[in-house]
Amino acid sequence: MSTALEVRGLSKRFAVGSALRRAHVHAADDVSFELKPGTITALVGESGSGKTTVARLIARLHEPSAGSVLFDGEDVARARRRRDLLRYRSQVQMIFQDPFGSLNPVKTIRHHLERPLRVHRIVPRAEVEERVYELLRTVGLVPPEHVAAKYPHELSGGQRQRVAIARALAVEPKVVLADEPTSMLDVSIRIGILNLMLKLKEERGLALLYVTHDLASARYVADEMLVMYAGQIVERGPTEEVLQNPLHPYTRLLLSAVPDPERGLDLDGAGRLPRPVVSAAATEVDGCRFVARCPVAIERCGVEPPALEEARPQQSARCHVTAPRPWRASA
Amino acid sequence: MIGTLPRGRPPVVAKAAPTGTETVLELRGLVVEYRLGERCVRAVDGVDLRIASSEIVGLAGESGCGKSTIANAVLQVLRPPAHIAAGSILFQGQDLAGKTSEELRRYRWRNVSMVFQSAMNALNPVMRVGDQFVDMMRAHERVSKRHALRVAGELLELVGIDPNRVRAYPHQLSGGMRQRVIIAMALALRPELVILDEPTTALDVVVQREILQQIKELQQELRFSVLFITHDLSLLLELADRVAIMYAGELVETASAAELAVNPRHPYTQGLLRSFPPLHGPLTRLTGITGSPPDLADPPPGCRFHPRCPHCVPDESPLHLRQTTERPMLREVAPEHRVACHLVSGGEA
Repeated sequence: MSTALEVRGLSKRFAVGSALRRAHVHAADDVSFELKPGTITALVGESGSGKTTVARLIARLHEPSAGSVLFDGEDVARARRRRDLLRYRSQVQMIFQDPFGSLNPVKTIRHHLERPLRVHRIVPRAEVEERVYELLRTVGLVPPEHVAAKYPHELSGGQRQRVAIARALAVEPKVVLADEPTSMLDVSIRIGILNLMLKLKEERGLALLYVTHDLASARYVADEMLVMYAGQIVERGPTEEVLQNPLHPYTRLLLSAVPDPERGLDLDGAGRLPRPVVSAAATEVDGCRFVARCPVAIERCGVEPPALEEARPQQSARCHVTAPRPWRASA
Repeated sequence: MIGTLPRGRPPVVAKAAPTGTETVLELRGLVVEYRLGERCVRAVDGVDLRIASSEIVGLAGESGCGKSTIANAVLQVLRPPAHIAAGSILFQGQDLAGKTSEELRRYRWRNVSMVFQSAMNALNPVMRVGDQFVDMMRAHERVSKRHALRVAGELLELVGIDPNRVRAYPHQLSGGMRQRVIIAMALALRPELVILDEPTTALDVVVQREILQQIKELQQELRFSVLFITHDLSLLLELADRVAIMYAGELVETASAAELAVNPRHPYTQGLLRSFPPLHGPLTRLTGITGSPPDLADPPPGCRFHPRCPHCVPDESPLHLRQTTERPMLREVAPEHRVACHLVSGGEA
């Protein structure tokens, strides 16, 4: 299958502290993956795991410290010229978490959708209006003439998020980066947004990156799954494999945290979660970053950082215990 | 005076009551209105709800259905234009309507405390956490600063935070820790009822689970009652003893969490439960609930859910006429299971 966008060894360090006591947070550390057309890739992890940073790096909202973002065979992470950036941004669009903050309150919905059409010269001026209506129909906002004349405050959260999606689609992108698009919405309307993502994948062959901490919704939409912890991808593979047979202890921890009415909240030892270590990405560690929370850690975990190893077909994890490096004759 | 009510009164009539516990809070036909000029919005319209001692009651519904308005009414912190238009709120059998503002001031936090939505932003950013405990406790009890700080340390330890953190400023704590601090504060005066209004929505799954486990542990240890408000029904089914489902200002279904998980009767509850993709088992395309909640200034006639209800088919049948003109009442369809729906039959007295 072809590749829409490839991320190679992407890293981002944020400086923290004063000039005298400078430290760095590795928000993203050597992240590599591909986004394929007609595929939804879920990027999951806790807050602070770096998943949003990765999406923002791809969208060129941050400058990467190292690594590259390859689109159409070109490294766009280094693109500087306005023309190059404009072209890239017409192909790669982002949807943000907060549908209340991402729309301009004093402009109509029509304005929000017309702008990208004009800036990127998608359609001739005479056809702009018809295209706006078409976009609104695509995301299920009908009647479009009525919705286009409204202001953001007149719409519900779910409707606003649909406008944000329509705006992202206006430029006919190949790649859409959705950063927790449903987390601020009511449970009852989340499923509508998820179904819309599935429809766009199927009908338009979009390559979607779905950033979330909600594993159940990731299972519902995603074909591929990437699990992030402390800036690193710790497990990757087909969604169903990762969720039903997780390799990395962190994936297991995330799974155990999902509310499950059938299981209930067990308060005895088995269901207890290990206490989190705050900002594992900020501390310099020799070994595995998860070691302090890990229930299966061995001595080696504290001294040697594990690499992402393929332990099952297509499924890899960064763990000395569950995905050990294959034995080599020279070792 | 509420503040000096005897606590933990021996359950004299306990054996007669089916649940075997005394009632801490009771709402009787509660109506809360927002009056905006000519318009009048009934955010809460005739809600009956009872919370027994050391019971966890969940209240679930979409944004704008009136869940938080109920919480504010119970705490008597409704601000104009909101006001209680009818019905009553009884705390340990006493109507709150007749209380003076001084009695209500004592009642809040000492008898009923509340953790608000995004409570982690409720801490004063320029005050140490411990000092905020001291302020709060000294507003209600005659205690020395030193004593209050010691209690603060103990409470922080109770919610899993290093007691030395009383000296920390809020920005030095993570979001999850700040939320725990607020929960610790809510427990400081050992209230009979703690209202938790979406206490975990701003947090991610792992932290959410830790906090829920903590709440449940504390509740089992300290035996307070909980009113847990959220739009996330899957979470309530795990945590609560009993769940009430609210739609457009009305309760549409109440049942034990165990019963509701396996046998939801109201189409709205069924829709809510169908909104969660499963983590295990076969995956099917879900539909959720189509449409959006009604404008409470002009609610639909008859059953308020009927414009979104998959079982309401516009035809000439008498059922459709009933659905669109007659308001369904909450009635018992099975022991301790009440539903307000014209379609649901059985168990009628």
